[in-house]
Amino acid sequence: MKSLSEIETITKRASRAVGFSWGDSEEIAKGIRLLELFGFPGIKNLNQYFKLINKKNFENLSILKKKNKSNKYSFCPINLGIRILDQIKTLEKFKKITFHKVSYPILLLPFLSRCSDVIGKKILFKFEKNTFLLNFNVNILSNLSLKKFPLLAKKTEIVFLENKDNFTEKEWKSLYKLSENTFVEETESLKQGAAGAGLTDND
Amino acid sequence: MNINLRDPNKIMKLSRLGSFHQSRLSFLRSFLSEFKDWEYKRDLFDLDKNGYGTAVYSFTKKDRVYSLVCFANQISDTERSDRVIATKWDAAFTLHDGIPLKKDIERLRNEVPKQEVGRLSYKELTLSRANKSVRIFDHVVENLSKGFQPNLDLLEKVGYLYRTTAVYGSGKFGLADRFRIKNREEINGPFRLEMMLVYLVRQFTFDQVNHVAKKRNPKTAVNLDPKICKNLGIGNSTGLGMAPFIVNHPTLLNNWISCRETALKKIRELETVEIKDSNLFKNCVRNSVKNITSWNTESEYQIKKIKFLLRDVRKFLDFVEKEFDFNNSYPFNTLYLWLEKETCEECVEYIVSIMMEPFGEIVQPLIKKMSSDEEKYFNIPTDRSVGDLLAILEKKYSNILTIDFDKKENHKKFWFISKNKEEPRLADRFEEQGSDLEQPLAIARDIKKLYERCLLSKKSLKIDKFLIDNSDLRHVVRRAFIIEKFPYSEIQDNTISENLIPIDMLRLKLSFFGALKFDPRSDKWLRICMFQGAPLPKELKDFDEQWVYNS
Repeated sequence: MKSLSEIETITKRASRAVGFSWGDSEEIAKGIRLLELFGFPGIKNLNQYFKLINKKNFENLSILKKKNKSNKYSFCPINLGIRILDQIKTLEKFKKITFHKVSYPILLLPFLSRCSDVIGKKILFKFEKNTFLLNFNVNILSNLSLKKFPLLAKKTEIVFLENKDNFTEKEWKSLYKLSENTFVEETESLKQGAAGAGLTDND
Repeated sequence: MNINLRDPNKIMKLSRLGSFHQSRLSFLRSFLSEFKDWEYKRDLFDLDKNGYGTAVYSFTKKDRVYSLVCFANQISDTERSDRVIATKWDAAFTLHDGIPLKKDIERLRNEVPKQEVGRLSYKELTLSRANKSVRIFDHVVENLSKGFQPNLDLLEKVGYLYRTTAVYGSGKFGLADRFRIKNREEINGPFRLEMMLVYLVRQFTFDQVNHVAKKRNPKTAVNLDPKICKNLGIGNSTGLGMAPFIVNHPTLLNNWISCRETALKKIRELETVEIKDSNLFKNCVRNSVKNITSWNTESEYQIKKIKFLLRDVRKFLDFVEKEFDFNNSYPFNTLYLWLEKETCEECVEYIVSIMMEPFGEIVQPLIKKMSSDEEKYFNIPTDRSVGDLLAILEKKYSNILTIDFDKKENHKKFWFISKNKEEPRLADRFEEQGSDLEQPLAIARDIKKLYERCLLSKKSLKIDKFLIDNSDLRHVVRRAFIIEKFPYSEIQDNTISENLIPIDMLRLKLSFFGALKFDPRSDKWLRICMFQGAPLPKELKDFDEQWVYNS
């Protein structure tokens, strides 16, 4: 078994070898390490992607907008991921951003995962019928079988989810009520003597 | 009195970093303190009459066991090389997490002797190999087998029976990643398991030499005197492999230096010092002189440094004993200022290390701060502006910004990774091929380049926009925002200069390991000794904290 440290080192060097800057290569290496740690086929997909990266043209990227259409080519998931990561605090304000045609969308996941940590919000990444919930860079939930990862996402949506409970108030109250069964009913004597402060503290 | 921490622009220069010495903060010393109440055991010792075979040693506390698995093999004299290109060694070692099962030992027997081309598992924590100092080993066996102790003069010249040529950890070759073990309290200090491996290897070398002598002549053989064992350490040959580490781990480097600087600051801020503490300090300085006079090297560079060190330490001792009064306020501050004025860099840092000896209460809490959660500082704060970045560069890299990189001598060298051994190397940019594959270790040059690009950009431009057109400098943008928080994270020198002395980078790291007697064999590699004078495993429960000076 390869260690995550080996995965990171080799990925960094390979990324540099295909033409990324050292700084970008560091970002890619962190990303592939994360994918492999979470059980996603990062090495496999990066390998495939690097085989075609110099044979294919990709859309130029600069400042991202709410809606980002590709004119002719697809977006490189790595350059896109780095741009999103860099601009995340601006992009977050849009609540939702979209991209048309992203190659190897799996390679975008680690950047979105880190974005979720940076902004302190869960991020929902959707393309076609596939969804990924990125939880503060702690884990990634998906409805997609890991074996069949699409090579192109035609229409993607990145939604920045507001921090809110994913249960109802009724469910919360029901659980809270149960938790009360661990409390002791206070008698008069306990009220007087069991607390640190007095009943009146106006001094 | 509030003493400022020393200026990184002064301390982080290579000549200063290359003058550092071991101290109470050093990893091998903090390892001994941490593991002194662990149970030490030799679990297996299955060597043939020539000393070849398998041995296992362990440290145990409650449910936690660390086991050193040793494989000693026969190699010919022509195969024995300390260089990283070697493929066979007299002995190979791994530190196994727990008690190795028979099948683990069988698996390791196939893999550990192969070192870099073998594969380890997450159950192994560190990996190493070592070669005999044949001259010394044979001499010791010969004498012990006849019932005599070896010649101490000869032993003193070398200082060890074996020298390691690499110690690997943190996920190399399949070893356990750091994240798997980072929450264990006993290893809450850098390189602790690497230190454990080296320490147990030292014991193996004594057991092996005794065993071979006994097998050679069972009737007359005696064991090596424990006092002699104690004065032997483990040698180590270290090349450039270590140099990039301190560039590639900026927050870790910061924490090492910052703890040392904090200790010094606190000691200088002591208004009064008890007699027992000033006596302990003076004794350590006095006793340390023999560590200098027994420091053997053929390196002209090091001989010169040792000569000045010895001269200045004697001058310092003279001053302390004849002129200085520890009853004056802030005695260590006065001593420090005197040192800066009157002695060489090597002596200043030598005495700074010894100043820590009486003050365990200052040093101990710092040891736990010497690790780093590097991931936490990886993200670039892209909502900051170019103006912010410029301010950081001007404040934190002021000396580096004055270097003229158009001059050939300032970018003469380049760092690369050798295809043969996947190890870092240094070469002349104008004479050798390969500079197009340069490693990102020319931080000073790239910082200067970043500064010039920033000057051409609007100050109000946010870093996210700046990076769109300057992704080639992303690695140094990250570093600049790290140094803003971690002032000692960067070497304030030019690592590709014609005048670079790479062993300065090695010495910095080795001093934090706790190495003694740096012996440069060229400007690119050196030999050192570790654990010389350290307590033996059976003495760990109650040992002299100042063993480095008192042995």
